[in-house]
Amino acid sequence: MNHPLTREQQLDLYYYMQLNRQLEDRMVRLFRQNKIVGGLYSSLGQEAISVGTAYALEKRDWLAPMIRNIGALLVKGFKPRDIFTQHMAKYTSPTLGKDGTSHFGDLKVRHTVSPISMLGDLIPVMTGVAMAGRYLGQKIVTLTWIGDGGSSTGAFHEGLILAAQQRAALVLVLENNQWAYSTPVARQSPVRDLAERARGYGIQSRIVDGNDVLAVYDTTKGAVEEARAGRGPVLIEVKTMRMKGHAQHDPAEYVPKEMFEYWKARDPLTLFEKYLAENKIWDGKTKSEIDARIERELDVEQKFAEESPLPPPELAAQGVYCEEGCHTITADWQRSTKELTPPHCSVEAAWQVEGYGDLDKAAGIAKPASATGGNGAKSLKPVAKPPVKAAAKPLAKAPVKTEAAEPAAPRVPFGRGPKDKAFRRASQDKAGRR
Amino acid sequence: MAPVTMLEGIRQAIFEEMDRDPAVVALGEDIGVYGGAFKVTEGLLAKFGPERVIDAPIAETAIVGAACGMSYLGLRPVVEMQFIDFIACCFNQVTNFVAKSHYRWGAPVPMVLRGPSGGGVHGGPFHSANPEMYFVHTPGLKVVYPSTAHDAKGLLKSAIRDNNPVLFFEHKFLYRRIKEELPEGEFTEPLGKAAVRREGRDLTIISYAAMMYPALEAAEELAKDGIEAEVIDLRTLLPLDRETIINSVKKTNKLLIVHEDTRTGGIAGEIAALVCEGAFEDLDGPIARVTALDTPTPYSPPLEEYFLPNASKIVAAARELARY
Repeated sequence: MNHPLTREQQLDLYYYMQLNRQLEDRMVRLFRQNKIVGGLYSSLGQEAISVGTAYALEKRDWLAPMIRNIGALLVKGFKPRDIFTQHMAKYTSPTLGKDGTSHFGDLKVRHTVSPISMLGDLIPVMTGVAMAGRYLGQKIVTLTWIGDGGSSTGAFHEGLILAAQQRAALVLVLENNQWAYSTPVARQSPVRDLAERARGYGIQSRIVDGNDVLAVYDTTKGAVEEARAGRGPVLIEVKTMRMKGHAQHDPAEYVPKEMFEYWKARDPLTLFEKYLAENKIWDGKTKSEIDARIERELDVEQKFAEESPLPPPELAAQGVYCEEGCHTITADWQRSTKELTPPHCSVEAAWQVEGYGDLDKAAGIAKPASATGGNGAKSLKPVAKPPVKAAAKPLAKAPVKTEAAEPAAPRVPFGRGPKDKAFRRASQDKAGRR
Repeated sequence: MAPVTMLEGIRQAIFEEMDRDPAVVALGEDIGVYGGAFKVTEGLLAKFGPERVIDAPIAETAIVGAACGMSYLGLRPVVEMQFIDFIACCFNQVTNFVAKSHYRWGAPVPMVLRGPSGGGVHGGPFHSANPEMYFVHTPGLKVVYPSTAHDAKGLLKSAIRDNNPVLFFEHKFLYRRIKEELPEGEFTEPLGKAAVRREGRDLTIISYAAMMYPALEAAEELAKDGIEAEVIDLRTLLPLDRETIINSVKKTNKLLIVHEDTRTGGIAGEIAALVCEGAFEDLDGPIARVTALDTPTPYSPPLEEYFLPNASKIVAAARELARY
């Protein structure tokens, strides 16, 4: 592990994963009692991802959860009561009952952006948060998740294109849980490792076993460091399995039984508990203490939620707009605004283009040395196809591999922050100009 | 001060607001070195630099999403759609992410989404749109559509300072065709307030944007027959200035609504309903409307002319209404 954790931190990971699972377990019971008025989405088997990735962030960093990232919200400091009340549509919920599930956030303290149900849209939004963070001099990293299904959306691609162009400090965790509602991943895309898509954007990628919380944490921590250092966005594909249907209503009969069995044996909590025991990080006593603490906490939190009132009906009409006195919008400047004020920010507004886009020097275009046409003009031959790899084998074992850092994205000279030298500062050495 | 175009008024608003507040940044396609397809942002990059004037890839969903994210950290992004028609490409981001943000979880989105709109310039089906009603139908947004250089400047400054997402439509037919002197120094115009452009007692004509000019021309024509029309410029479509509309109808007792947007689902229907709710007893005739046809905007000049409202169509409808 490149980023070792202390015993306490490892027990923390266990605590959050178990809290995540027990909380959702209770919500299933509440759902069956008709106390959850809408849908309920399970993250059973995916807790290591929510917890391991969020744990790699610092307090100042930003995240935006998806529907199965309850664990990340807990790590970020939200309370189980927030999750209970959101699902139960209570007045005490973070959205006062206006929205449900994980659809809530906190701009000021916990730096969490609320998701929407449409997939992919968070990627551009979190790119923008990263851009603003850099603009304000905050040195933050943003992190969000997407599923294998959601990685087909236009917003996913547009978001990564912008993030790459801006070298935004964004870590995107692609949770490949093998099922987009009822459609298996192989029927969504012929690409076996969705992380391969990163190459097309000129960004770094990693692949990690999503059921191994330490691997998830370690990989994410490394990606966060890369992003914070200004080396652009990182796409992490985590291989895992959705162990329930799309939501509570869905029995997931379309999933082969053997597939559930295979992944059940790789349950992330069981694996981590085994690791903690084998490495003598804890004993039975510690486990039962943590488990008992979770039970106590959840009892209190659930009671609070169940006893909370529903919102007053007329609340429905309120809060569409930010009215006078409703919010004071201020930016947390961590750099001098002088740099961003004329004349200090002024530039010579002309592109500084390297090369002329000519094909002679362009990499990746195959052309034999003697390739000239009959008229002496150089002719271009199509790019030689790489040999086709053998058909991908079924996922016998979730692979854990880390691709070497790829070369930096091609230089696209704008909006890259204070170090951007694509434009000449107007105040600089005017004598040296063309 | 020399008279300036509406385009210049918009430029001044952006420059002045960026000068005033370092939290104001601009994003869009070709807005930097090139200065924007219509040159609204010309000189912006040279003055404010690449951190504040961001040339984005052709990815409207990403641009609007990023602007939303920036606004969560307290910035005030001003986004340019190269043509407002392309807002359809980021409809989800605008209507689901941006518009619902404050209501759902109390996160204000102080951004402006501006772009050239409207027909009459032979732009064809994809460069002539008036898509304002998709967004007037979206709670959480504000929709502004000015008709003069003064209003364009004053309203855009207010839009940038507003804590809500504002869609700012700039009629490209008006960009360089109208000119007026602007007051020296700082001024703003409030969002949500209509303007009475011409006083009258016989009937009210309500319009906005480029249609204000044929509406005013029609009013002059009608005056020759002794019909005095009151002409109201809505300026902001969401929120609508209900009070100005109702007061005028109570005074003139007749209402004609003119818009360049297509007929079905255009704002005329909404205004008619408002008037029925608030001034039904005061009406002396049916509420009339002159609008574009329920078709896409056609390309060929005779087709586009047939498609769009004009002064003579407004005069004819007003005469019909005045007979009641």
